[in-house]
Amino acid sequence: MAEEVILLDFWASMFGMRTRIALAEKRIKYDYREEDLWNKSSLLLEMNPVHKKIPVLIHNGKPVCESLIQIEYIDEIWPDKNSLLPSDPYKRAHAKFWADFIDKKVNVTARKIWAKIGEEEEASKELIEILKTLENELGDKTYFGDETFGYVDIALIGFSSWFEVYDKYGNVNIESECPNLIAWAKRCLERESVAKALPKSEKITTFISELRKKLGFE
Amino acid sequence: MAERSEEVKLLGMWASPFSRRIEIALTIKGVSYEFSEQDITNKSALLLQLNPVHKMIPVLVHHVKPISESLVILEYIDDTWQNNPILPQDPYEKAMARFWAKFIDEQICVAAMNVVGKTGEEKDAAVEATRDLLKFLEKELVGKDFFGGKNLGFVDIAATLIAFWLMRTEEIVGVKVVPVEIFPEIHRWVKNLLANDVIKKCIPPEDEHLRYIKDRMVKLNIKPA
Repeated sequence: MAEEVILLDFWASMFGMRTRIALAEKRIKYDYREEDLWNKSSLLLEMNPVHKKIPVLIHNGKPVCESLIQIEYIDEIWPDKNSLLPSDPYKRAHAKFWADFIDKKVNVTARKIWAKIGEEEEASKELIEILKTLENELGDKTYFGDETFGYVDIALIGFSSWFEVYDKYGNVNIESECPNLIAWAKRCLERESVAKALPKSEKITTFISELRKKLGFE
Repeated sequence: MAERSEEVKLLGMWASPFSRRIEIALTIKGVSYEFSEQDITNKSALLLQLNPVHKMIPVLVHHVKPISESLVILEYIDDTWQNNPILPQDPYEKAMARFWAKFIDEQICVAAMNVVGKTGEEKDAAVEATRDLLKFLEKELVGKDFFGGKNLGFVDIAATLIAFWLMRTEEIVGVKVVPVEIFPEIHRWVKNLLANDVIKKCIPPEDEHLRYIKDRMVKLNIKPA
């Protein structure tokens, strides 16, 4: 049976970027469908009735929701190329812990920098702390997975395309606060899967500027 | 005598649903472990050393190495001891199990906690919000003994939070969030849980548990609705 892989996504989503990267690492051909988040398609609402959010991976008609779950699914369905998760149980648990940390902490805090008024200073301080914790975990390693690009790298890298937004509205400079993390991000961007999945930072900054105008913040 | 490096130790707390999940999983697998009761109001140096990022229980220590976050620990247990699998083998079914467990922790748990201490219209809205989420789980149970099918699985273990914390404490909190008229499948599932030997062994004793929760509510100055 021919494989049918569809990804319902939104170009600027750091979560959608994760799934794009995972599919590219595995060389899987898929049908990318851009969703208008202000006018969600009936397919999206049908495939993700619980959260109504992108990304949704539809494999042979069956939906898999939540980006980290999608990465694990992709790794399990197509195990031959480029393992995304370690095979050792402890290393796997370690990777899942850090991906969970990223999910629990980064976006919740980062959103407050640009999507709200009045919380930018506190949120940007908190974000720097979170990024420093991640930088500390990275240490001297090439990637979070050590020599191999994998799950934790994929979980975090999409946020790097948003650093310009956080710098701008949070009045911080992530590069000077977390130089090793920026160096890591540049190494990741050398991978074709990442370079193709991440939009240019300027495009995201412009998008957020326009969104903030619509929301009446500017 | 077991090698020191084989030692399995669980830093937990007897009344915590997240800690109890780990005990259930280890019991399903028949793994012996040392339980170390932690005082979460006065965290031990050991806990802070083993979980410096979140400083929370449960923490599983195996071969001297710590693992934190209950769902991560459950998957580690399933990866390490292959008997009596907790997660489905099929990748799609596995993805669905992970999805529902995440839904329970990120959505239901938060919504249920939001009900506590609220009154009037705010309380009604919080209850409705929780019920809207529970309806998805209600649907999942149709035609099944457990979320895992014939046997207890990953989602059942995660969902004990609903059966033995949310539902047990309804009288104390003063709100029947999960009435049998709206959630017959969930009630049937709870009966199935209560008939299961592992569950019976691993959940906190009811009277003691309810006393503990009442005490906590008094200390936190929360009044029943």
